[in-house]
Amino acid sequence: MSKDRNQEPLFRVENLSQYFNVGRKQVLKAVDQMSFNVYKGETLGLVGESGCGKSTTGRCLVKLNQPTSGQVYYRDKDIFKQTREEEKNFRKNVQMIFQNPHSSLNPRMTVKDIVGSGMKRHGVCTEQDVDAKVEALLKRVGLNRDHISRFPHEFSGGQKQRIGIARALSVNPEFIVCDEPISALDVSIQAQVLNMLKELQDELGLTYLFIAHDLSVVKYISDRVIVMYLGTIVEYSDAEELYRNPLHPYTQVLLSSIPVADPKAVKEKQRIMVKGEIPSPINPPDCCRFAERCPYTTDICRKEIPTLREVSSCHFVACHRIS
Amino acid sequence: MEDAKNNILELSHVEFSFRTYGGTVKSVRDVSFNVREGEVLGIVGESGCGKSVTAQCILRLNPEPPGFFEGGSIKYRGEEITTKKDKEMRKIRGIEIGFIFQDPMTSLNPTMKVGRQIEEVFVGRENISRKEVKQKTLEILQLVGINEPERRYNQYPHELSGGMKQRVMIAIALVGRPSIIIADEPTTSLDVTIEAQILDLLKELQQKTHTSIIMITHDLGVIAKMCDRVIVMYGGKIMEKGTAEEIFYETAHPYTAGLIKSIATLDTDKNQALVPIEGTPPDLFSPPHGCPFAARCDFAMQVCYDDLPEEYRLSDEHVTTCWLQHEYAPKVAIMMRETEEAAYE
Amino acid sequence: MSETTKTISRDQFKILGKSVEKMESIARPSLTFWKEAWRRIRLNRVAYFSLILLVAYVLLAIIAPLVSPYKFDQQDASAMREGFSAAHWLGTDNLGRDLWVRVWMGARVSLAIGFIAAIINTVIGTILGGFCGFYGGKLDMLVMRIIDVIYGIPSLIVCILVMVVLGPGIQSLIVAMVVVGWTGTCRFTRGEVYRIKEQDFVAAARVMGEPTFKIIMREIIPNIMGLLITNLTMAIPGAIFQEAFLSYIGLGIAPPNASWGVLAKEGAKMLQVAPHMLFVPAFFICTTVLALNQLGNGMRDAFDPRLRGTE
Repeated sequence: MSKDRNQEPLFRVENLSQYFNVGRKQVLKAVDQMSFNVYKGETLGLVGESGCGKSTTGRCLVKLNQPTSGQVYYRDKDIFKQTREEEKNFRKNVQMIFQNPHSSLNPRMTVKDIVGSGMKRHGVCTEQDVDAKVEALLKRVGLNRDHISRFPHEFSGGQKQRIGIARALSVNPEFIVCDEPISALDVSIQAQVLNMLKELQDELGLTYLFIAHDLSVVKYISDRVIVMYLGTIVEYSDAEELYRNPLHPYTQVLLSSIPVADPKAVKEKQRIMVKGEIPSPINPPDCCRFAERCPYTTDICRKEIPTLREVSSCHFVACHRIS
Repeated sequence: MEDAKNNILELSHVEFSFRTYGGTVKSVRDVSFNVREGEVLGIVGESGCGKSVTAQCILRLNPEPPGFFEGGSIKYRGEEITTKKDKEMRKIRGIEIGFIFQDPMTSLNPTMKVGRQIEEVFVGRENISRKEVKQKTLEILQLVGINEPERRYNQYPHELSGGMKQRVMIAIALVGRPSIIIADEPTTSLDVTIEAQILDLLKELQQKTHTSIIMITHDLGVIAKMCDRVIVMYGGKIMEKGTAEEIFYETAHPYTAGLIKSIATLDTDKNQALVPIEGTPPDLFSPPHGCPFAARCDFAMQVCYDDLPEEYRLSDEHVTTCWLQHEYAPKVAIMMRETEEAAYE
Repeated sequence: MSETTKTISRDQFKILGKSVEKMESIARPSLTFWKEAWRRIRLNRVAYFSLILLVAYVLLAIIAPLVSPYKFDQQDASAMREGFSAAHWLGTDNLGRDLWVRVWMGARVSLAIGFIAAIINTVIGTILGGFCGFYGGKLDMLVMRIIDVIYGIPSLIVCILVMVVLGPGIQSLIVAMVVVGWTGTCRFTRGEVYRIKEQDFVAAARVMGEPTFKIIMREIIPNIMGLLITNLTMAIPGAIFQEAFLSYIGLGIAPPNASWGVLAKEGAKMLQVAPHMLFVPAFFICTTVLALNQLGNGMRDAFDPRLRGTE
């Protein structure tokens, strides 16, 4: 799965910022000056804890939010300046899988309508073929034929999530934003869905933006990984490299906090402690956002915002310690 | 054999069900286990397996009706719990047995100050003055790692972060110095760095106060970190129980093996497919006749579909409920990753 | 712990593996939204009984005056202010008119006005509330301020003013009631539409390229139907009571046309001599309002998805 970095990226995000006014002089900077590329055929992982802005970023990429500033280019065209025709094409090719299976399906529609309506709209198949295609899709995601006329509330969380995946796939998209697609699922179902996403990617040549807070899962499925903290990118590189050689203190903390399913390994593991709670993204300071909790903070960390620098091949870090 | 002298909580063939419009849902079907002094017992299983209902049964927190005990007994220090009235249960809740709820966002009363919510544990108890109650509350706030306890005492839940709220939940569970704490998925809704802090705190407190903890979770990582003994539940029944080492390294039940194999860890190779457990947990509205896991088990045999398996004891602590232990059954390697997929339609 | 009496044979121990059809099965029967709601209403005895009562009232309002030997304005000087009897089931009024017939003629008017006013209120409130909840912005602010103003003025005064300007009659009565009555539904609907709009399935529809119009029709409206019907049911008793009150104080229907309010007014005058003249219409007003409220409560519970599976 070598990704040719010299090719044009499928998505180019430049200085994306999403700010919200939440009160007098209170600005919530959910996403602050983010820039990255997504290449065709890869899985780009976006990882961070709550409040880091990963979901907001994902929603910008599918045009659910209008960013405060910055640009998002899909195949070199600014997605917020599209013609009708371009937008229709965009909607067919860029889809999303949502986090909460219980609220991502219309409770008043049958599975057939949920999965089939997109197909009809984008002319993927004719009216007569819809039933057959929906059944085939359901089978592909591991559900039965007789589920086609049931309602969402009759299914378990895992099944609902698979219906959501079937819906995203129904229009043969090229790019799918997976917004925490497995967080709300049981462990064994998570594995099912992950495997399915991987297989589908190989089969259909899909590109994923995989948003999650579980590092083990992100490492497993991603080619490259971006680590976010309070709306900014703190580190990004190839998945293997990031886990083998995490440079940013926050990445190190995240990695060492993961509970390991192995009692002997737990006893041997050294944990890197981090102080305090995740601060609020409202009116963040004009210096390194991680400074107050970092175990290695120095003076400069409290004064200047670190810039994202390439430290080794395709490994970028935003940290004053690493120069 | 299990040391009967050390048991403070004994569940024996507990059956608990809910009456619904469609019929009776059997959430807990014949569950038996003991909790000893000073140990951390984990109950692991996925949604719908009955672990939360079982835990809530111990403190009679399930709404009755529509819930009711179909059978079995729960004994706390020799006293039978299933027949107690609500008034009697109040003497146990909070003081003898504490409970940490899953979601701190919704488990704390948003209109009541934090200090007061902790003090609620002592409402209605004689022999303790207001001054002593406040003293204990401030102590416990300090103990759970909340700085400036005086200030936090007077704050409302919305002024606290997620991790702090969970610490308050732990404080509420601990302040009455109970013998057992039941922690129902205490870290599921927390971020991973906060989760690590909370688990460390629980471990530290447990060692300090020698309280027993029943840790309910679906996360095997939490089990590995915290628990001495483990119970694996599925479809309302216990599949396997044993020490943590036995469960992880001498896995005897295909469901436990399936759980372990399906987790992506930092060491999982990208090219190695995760081995999921295909299918969906059974609807306990009409539970299957035989082993509840048969329909999803790679090693299911006809007998598994026909009859409920018996319990087989593999060591002092290690018990598994699986037909594979029967003398007639073939020897299989349940932890192997490349399993043949025998799909029976 | 096992049925040791059962013998198990060796061939039951051949490995078969998982069962593809059993592992994804759904055991419970499938019910559509309306069937589920109907089932729940039937279980709720009070609501069900209220529904039956209301249906009975409507049927009586239509049929009773047609089959009765008396006309509603048929006076009989020999049988004035009589109590309950075999000839006159509910007695007579001070002009000898049969009260049974008058009650059901009055029911036609009261119920009709109640339904019509409530329907108009609900339609206006839902459409406006829907727009406000969905689009927000200036329209939303404007409508909310208008509602604040309307709430500030006692609705009775508005009604009186409208009636004075438009003159008496059923149409003006309905207009008067509608002018202030749409606000409650508007607020409810606005809140609910806003809540639904924020759900992921609406976002999914947008990502799928569904135009706004389709989103409103397919995603939002079906999900507020339950609320809509409940609002309608809850709006009717208020309208009925308001009509009764306005007629009672002389602003509504004029005699000899009857409505329950008019009957109550006539009865009040005769309270000392023929108390049944007041109690009879009052009884019907009260039971109707009560039944509608209970039915409305029952419907609200029946349509609430969170209560699914808890009975």
